[in-house]
Amino acid sequence: MAVGKEIKTQIKSIQNTQKITRAMEMVAASKMRKAQSRMEASKPYAAKMRNVIAHLAHAHPEYKHPYLLDRDVKKVGYIVITSDRGLCGGLNTNLLKAAVASMRDNKDKGFDADICVIGQKGIGFMNRVGGNVTATVTQLGDAPGINDLIGTVKVMLDAYNNGEIDRLYLVSNEFVNTMTQSPQVEQLLPVAVEKPEKELKHHWDYIYEPEAKEVLDALMMRYIESLVYQGVVENIASEQAARMVAMKSASDNAGDLISDLKLVYNKARQAAITQEISEIVAGAAAV
Amino acid sequence: MAMTFHVDVVSAEEAIFSGTAEMLFAPGAMGELGIMAQHTPLLTSLKPGELRIVSGDEEQYIYVSGGMLEVQPHVVTVLSDTAVRAKDIDEAAALEAKEAAEKLLKEKGAEMDYALAEAQLAEAVAQLQMIKRMKNVGNR
Repeated sequence: MAVGKEIKTQIKSIQNTQKITRAMEMVAASKMRKAQSRMEASKPYAAKMRNVIAHLAHAHPEYKHPYLLDRDVKKVGYIVITSDRGLCGGLNTNLLKAAVASMRDNKDKGFDADICVIGQKGIGFMNRVGGNVTATVTQLGDAPGINDLIGTVKVMLDAYNNGEIDRLYLVSNEFVNTMTQSPQVEQLLPVAVEKPEKELKHHWDYIYEPEAKEVLDALMMRYIESLVYQGVVENIASEQAARMVAMKSASDNAGDLISDLKLVYNKARQAAITQEISEIVAGAAAV
Repeated sequence: MAMTFHVDVVSAEEAIFSGTAEMLFAPGAMGELGIMAQHTPLLTSLKPGELRIVSGDEEQYIYVSGGMLEVQPHVVTVLSDTAVRAKDIDEAAALEAKEAAEKLLKEKGAEMDYALAEAQLAEAVAQLQMIKRMKNVGNR
């Protein structure tokens, strides 16, 4: 039964692949849960910071921080967060598509873009298509710390401080739920603060120690860093969720293939047996 | 009983403490601070050191490696750093990120080829949609 043997090896190899995709699915599921809890844990910091910054914007401080002031745009900056690894469906493709669309928009207005790439997949893409990449960081692992990001963020903040870029965007995946992750292009700088609804009844300001400028500089830097960090952590959760879904459908597909092949195999076996019997019967009839 | 106020200690990576206190001691940049309820609004950076949160007979110690302290009359927020921050360390990290970019991307020009980028992405999206369609057909 030559045909049967070939099909059997094919089934075997698909089964092996299925084992791998199953394992990856389970690993992704457990990593996703951890990433989600990290994502939740990082939220209070940014929320508190937003509070402080909202206070600041309302408090009419003597020193207006450049991160809070809109200025004429000549050039823009992007921080693009991608994953290091593939096999996660259309996650990175959709993200890069959103990033390119936004960059194109700005390009049409005459604004060039400086790009900071986080993650191997983004670097691979930029390598193919070009682009003025000023900073990168990769191999952050499953549990990145904020100190892994300080350098890259600083490059972009310095560019903003020196007037090389006048606006900074963050492109990252928003983790909506396990099935849905949507790419987001968010403006980091200048920081958008909601205007107070009415003029405040009484003006107050903080006491700053040491100087207002120093304190605000440090605060703003940490705020932007924390937003980027959040983006990275959220992206990891998204990556694992996307991988889990992709691997689940791969396992399902492998199952379908296996059952199809098994059917073909059984049919071939049946045909071979029938043929054998009819040969014997024919032989007996001849005698 | 003494007046209390709310204290939140958070870092970028996790929430560390949330509760009420009668008094808080913090290592401010200009010197040790003792804060009680109804303190005037204050914003200061912190030096590496220890936070002491006093509530009744209980005292709690939290180590911070720097950060920011925001004081409002009834709420105090400590935004703690998780990394050791110094200007030259930050500078070195920035340099490293720049070098990584230069090393990885020296082959391509600085000008982004939008046509190529969009073509490649369109192709990838089309492939994904194809896979989805095939899957739907298979399920029927």
